[in-house]
Amino acid sequence: MNTKQHSLTRRIKLRWQLYLMLLLPLIYIIIFAYVPMGGLVIAFKKYSVNLGIWGSPWVGFQNFIKFFSSYKFENIIRNTLTLSLYSLAVSFPIPIIFALMLNSMLNEKYKKTIQTVTYIPYFISTVVMVGLILQVLNNRSGIYGSLYTLFTGKTAFNILADGKLFKHIYVWSGVWQGTGYSAIIYIAALAGVDQSLHEVATIDGANRFQRLIYIDIPAILPTASIMLILAVGNIMNVGFEKVLLMQNNLNLNYSEIISTYVYKVGLASGINDFSLSTAISMFNSVINFILLSIANWGSKKLNGNGIF
Amino acid sequence: MHRLKKFDFDDKLYYVITTIILTVFFLLVLYPCIYVISASFSSGVAVQSGKVVLFPVDFSLEGYKTVFNTYTVWLGFRNSLFYTIVGTAINVSMTLVAAYCLSRRDLPGRNFIMLLFTFTMFFSGGMIPHYILIQKLGFLNTVWALLIPGAIGAYNLIVARTFIQNTIPNELMEASQIDGCSDFTYFIQIVLPLSKAIIAVLVLFYGVRHWNSYFNAMIYLHDKNLYPLTLFLREILMADQIDPSTVTDPELQAKLAQTAGVIKYALIVISMIPVLLIYPFIQKYFVKGVMIGSIKG
Repeated sequence: MNTKQHSLTRRIKLRWQLYLMLLLPLIYIIIFAYVPMGGLVIAFKKYSVNLGIWGSPWVGFQNFIKFFSSYKFENIIRNTLTLSLYSLAVSFPIPIIFALMLNSMLNEKYKKTIQTVTYIPYFISTVVMVGLILQVLNNRSGIYGSLYTLFTGKTAFNILADGKLFKHIYVWSGVWQGTGYSAIIYIAALAGVDQSLHEVATIDGANRFQRLIYIDIPAILPTASIMLILAVGNIMNVGFEKVLLMQNNLNLNYSEIISTYVYKVGLASGINDFSLSTAISMFNSVINFILLSIANWGSKKLNGNGIF
Repeated sequence: MHRLKKFDFDDKLYYVITTIILTVFFLLVLYPCIYVISASFSSGVAVQSGKVVLFPVDFSLEGYKTVFNTYTVWLGFRNSLFYTIVGTAINVSMTLVAAYCLSRRDLPGRNFIMLLFTFTMFFSGGMIPHYILIQKLGFLNTVWALLIPGAIGAYNLIVARTFIQNTIPNELMEASQIDGCSDFTYFIQIVLPLSKAIIAVLVLFYGVRHWNSYFNAMIYLHDKNLYPLTLFLREILMADQIDPSTVTDPELQAKLAQTAGVIKYALIVISMIPVLLIYPFIQKYFVKGVMIGSIKG
């Protein structure tokens, strides 16, 4: 026991240079990640700038109750879940299907071209992406408007003004932007499949589609389950920046989600209720963390793959 | 001799269907890109009346002329360049140092320290506590608010650590330790030169994030002279306003209303230029980075 302790202190002393090098990153992560986590206490207080975080009076769960009983609560939760579940249901399987198809393509050059072009939209910033959506879907001057007029001779209906269509525009523009990027990881996994498996299966009379089902899909299953856990763990974090930019008065009933509401309550309205805003975002984080843990646990039970 | 592959009807059907689907998707991605470029080279009137379908109509450079004559675009471009270069330099050096230390299996407590970093990926204090912190540190409305927070991304740290662990053999360290090389010298003289690929990946990931970000600037900055390009783009693309007083050419000022659409397209193209210029050079690293990230660290 004594010698063991001795050797541990010795081992620590031997590596003093590494600890010295880690000092700055550690101080950094403590100040910029863990201090704000401590700042979450204001969710249980009535924060006032003059009294500061520690001086402000405790109010218990009052801020949470205020949010749960707000008339907007139901609407915001519904919008958040609609956008996230719709988005998950569409943008999780599509890159997988895309990767499977691309992998089976015979023409290598065409395959490379498709890959290269479909990555590009990933690099478009949210601001420009939303600008692009607004321009392209404009019912008079955009692609949508021009083509509609070209084929029917009439002016198109303004789809940007209809709040009910918000979710479709949000989700499918995401598919447009993200599919190529999200597929990379699956394409890489498929490239690692042993080609002799395919040869043997072909000799046994399996056609390409059967080989896709029985060889390719099992090969990407571990990757897919990790991606699914991560996606589920992010369910409450709908692409906040994009939604905020896409919001307008006409679609607000369908586009107000938890994170945009947090921003408005905390920083963008005249009231700036820091405590209420923090309580709402904490509620969001906690639900998210629980979902992540459940997904991780479930995935470990089912196929042994988890992220922690 | 190649064994002749027998295509039966099922296989042919499969290849026809997948090729059609992939081609449609390919065109769907490509078309808006081409459209935007074409529209940016068309006349304002043609864009406004929806005449542009595929190729430029009434070829003109008025969109670009107006954008280049808009003071805020230059200002934003310069600021964004500054935030991207300095911010990325801070990000990459901090991440590499931390990744190297945490890649050392002989570091007592490394799993615990790693956990401190990875936990931040899944849980955070949220918007307001961060805002109060920035306020307390006196970073509000200074460039530091955009450069310092987020200096180490946990995901990038995992990618870098995995890379160092998997590509630099342990024997190298043992040999250099026998030669009396300290941990610090080993990092500078051995690890850094062998980590060029991962440095490229980190530069790319962090760089693109800095170049594209707008939200932190929006909440932390109110002095317009500090605004990154994205915030000016937001004003012009979303709020439909290019402040006429910032356009230096009076002749262009008068035409502004007519050319609003074409200006937006030109702006979209210009804001993409830096990324598209470096894209061909970094593409292979980019794919590599995503793949390293997929291996659990």
